[in-house]
Amino acid sequence: MEIIDILLSPNFWAAAIRIATPLIFGVLGALLCERAGVLNLGIEGIFVAGAMAGWFAVYLGLGLWTGVLVAAAVGGMFGLLHAVLTVILGLSQHVSGIGITLLATSLSYFTYRTALPSVSTPPRITAFQPLAIPGLSDLPFIGPALFQQTPMTMLSLVCVGLVALVLYRTPLGLAIRAVGDNPAAVEAQGLSVRGLRIGAVVAGSALMGLGGAFLTMSAFDAFFFGMVNGRGWICIALVVFASWQPGKALLGALLFGAFDAFQIRLQAQIGQVVPGQVFLMLPYLLSIAALVLVARRADYPRALLQPWFKGQRH
Amino acid sequence: MSLRLEPRTGATLGLKLAVSILAALAALLLVALPVLLAGGSPLASYGLIVQGAFGSLFALSETLTRATPLILTGLGAAIAFRARLWNIGLEGQLYIGALAAVLVGSGIFQLPPLLLIPLVMLAGFLAGGCTMVVPAILKQRFGADEVVITLLLNFVVILLVQMLVEGPLKDPLSMGWPQSVPIDPAAEFPALFPRLRTHMGLLVGIAAALALWFVVRKTVLGFEIRAVGENKAAARFAGIPVDGTMLKVALISGGLAGLAGVGEVAGVKGYLSADLSPGYGYSGIVVAMLAGLSPIGTVFAAIFVAAVFVGADSMSRATGISNYLADLVVALSLLCVLVGGFFLRFRIHWERSAPASAGE
Repeated sequence: MEIIDILLSPNFWAAAIRIATPLIFGVLGALLCERAGVLNLGIEGIFVAGAMAGWFAVYLGLGLWTGVLVAAAVGGMFGLLHAVLTVILGLSQHVSGIGITLLATSLSYFTYRTALPSVSTPPRITAFQPLAIPGLSDLPFIGPALFQQTPMTMLSLVCVGLVALVLYRTPLGLAIRAVGDNPAAVEAQGLSVRGLRIGAVVAGSALMGLGGAFLTMSAFDAFFFGMVNGRGWICIALVVFASWQPGKALLGALLFGAFDAFQIRLQAQIGQVVPGQVFLMLPYLLSIAALVLVARRADYPRALLQPWFKGQRH
Repeated sequence: MSLRLEPRTGATLGLKLAVSILAALAALLLVALPVLLAGGSPLASYGLIVQGAFGSLFALSETLTRATPLILTGLGAAIAFRARLWNIGLEGQLYIGALAAVLVGSGIFQLPPLLLIPLVMLAGFLAGGCTMVVPAILKQRFGADEVVITLLLNFVVILLVQMLVEGPLKDPLSMGWPQSVPIDPAAEFPALFPRLRTHMGLLVGIAAALALWFVVRKTVLGFEIRAVGENKAAARFAGIPVDGTMLKVALISGGLAGLAGVGEVAGVKGYLSADLSPGYGYSGIVVAMLAGLSPIGTVFAAIFVAAVFVGADSMSRATGISNYLADLVVALSLLCVLVGGFFLRFRIHWERSAPASAGE
C-alpha cells in the first residue's frame, strides 16, 4: 500500500518537520502576542521582512547567525510599530495588523528591487546545512527524520520549550497571561500593562521574523517574491487550534507539516486525475474546518482586541 | 508632566477630511526617505506620479479605470467595518463575482445588453455576497472568527479560479494561456469615452456610493448598522435584530466586492484569469479607512489610491525607481490615517501636575 510506504519513510517525516519549522516560529510568535491581548495580523508581512532581511544580511557578507539576529530584530521593529499603534494609541488591532503586513511586504520588495535592480535570477547565499548530531542522527528512522535538520529547526524546537517555560514557570509569564485576560488586575498589582504588552508583541514579532528567515536561510537559499504565500495567515488559524498553548502549537504545526508533505507525495501519484489546486486548497480548507470546529470551546484570552488605558475601570 | 486623553465627542466632517488629507501628505513625506535611498529626488518623483496619473486624458482614464474596482471593494469594506464585521475576504469575493459573471455571461443566455448586463451584475453581486454570508453565519452559529476565515477563503477562491481557467472554463482559443472563455459582447460594459478604457463600472461605483450614503444616513437599516457597530449588546437590548442586520451587511459587503469583479471582467479584460486583480480586495480596506468609512469619501480615496498606482508605474518607467513605491505609499497612508483616527477620537492634554486620578 503506497500510503503506508509514505508514512513509514523517514524522508516524509523529515519533510514534515521542515515544512512545520516556519509555522512553529510563527505560531509561537502569534501566541505570545495574543496571550498578552494583542492580535498581530502583521505576521504575514513580518514573515516577508524576516525572510528578506536575514537573506540580505548574509548576501552582504554577514554570518548566518548574524542574519538570524537581523531577521529577529527587523521582526521586533515591526512588532514595536504595531505595539505603538495598538497598545499606546489603542487603535484597531485588525486594521493596524493589515497595515503592518502591507508596509513590511512593500518595504521588503522595494528594498530588494532597489538593491538588485537588474537581477533576473535571485542571487543565492550559502544557507544553513543539515546538522547531523553525532550519535542521535544514526538512530534508525528517528535519526534521519529529526536529527538531520538544519540548526534553525533545532532552534524552533528550543523556542517552544523556552516560551512554554517562560509562560508557565516564571512570574513574567504569569504577568503576560494575566495581561491578556484581566489587565485591571495586573495594574492593581503595580505592574505596567503597556510595558508587558509591548514587550510581548515585540518578542512575538521577533519570533515571526525568525520564521521568515528560515525560508530564505534554511529551506531555500534565495529570496523570491510571494515566497511566504499565506504561511503567516495559517499561523493565525493554528493559534486558535492550539488554544494558545505552546505544546499544542508545536503539535498543530507538525500535523500541518505532515499533511502538507503528504499531499505533495500523494499529488505525485494521483496528480493526473485530480488537479493540483485541489491539494493546494486543502490546507486552507482544513484550517477553516479546524477553526469552525474548535471555535465553540476556544478559550480566547479575554482581553484580546481590547485596548487598555491607564487607570481605566470596568 | 503627563499626558491625559479626553474622548472627543463627534468629530466634524471638516476635521475628518483634514485628518485624511494630512495622513496622505504624511505618507508622502515618509516615502521621501526610501526614494532618496533609491537615488531619486522625492519632489521630481511626486511630480512624475501626479503627471502619470492625471497628466493626460489617457492617464486620467487609466486612473479612473483603476479606481472603479477600488470604489466597490472600498464600499464593501466600509459598510462591513461600520458594523464591526471584519471582512478581509474582499479579494476572494471579487474573484467569485468575476467567476459568476463569466458563468452567466459567456453564452448560456442569449439576451440583449439591456437585460444581460443587469443579469450578470446581479449574479456577481449575489455570488460575492453569499461568499461573505457563509463566514457571517459561521460566526453567529459557532463563534468562528470571521477575520481568519474570510482571509483563508481568499486563497481557496483564487486556487479555484486557477483550477477552472486551466480546466473546464479554459478558452480553447487562448493559445495555452490560463484564461476563461470570453464574456458575451452583449454583456460587456460600454466604455464611457471613445477609445479609452474607463467603463460603465465607474458609474455603478458612484451610484453604489450614493445609495450606500442614503442607506446609512436615511434608512432604518442604516440606523441598525450604526447601532450594531457601536455597541452590539446595547443594540440587542434595544430590540434591534442584530443577527439579521449582520447578514444583510455581509451580503452587501461581499456583493459590492463581487460587483468589482464583474466590472473587471465585463469592463476591462473580457475574460477571467487568476491574475485579474492585483490586490483590489486588500487595497479596498485601505480605501475605506482613508475615507473614514464614509461612502462618498470612498470615491475620492479610491481615486487617490488608483492615482498612486497608475502614477507610480509611469514614474517607475521614467526613473527606474521600483514601482513597489506605490504599495509603500498606500501602506503608509493606511498607518497614518490610523494614527489620525486617534487624534479624531481624543483630545490630548499635557499636565504638569500629578497624573489624573483613576476615578474621574
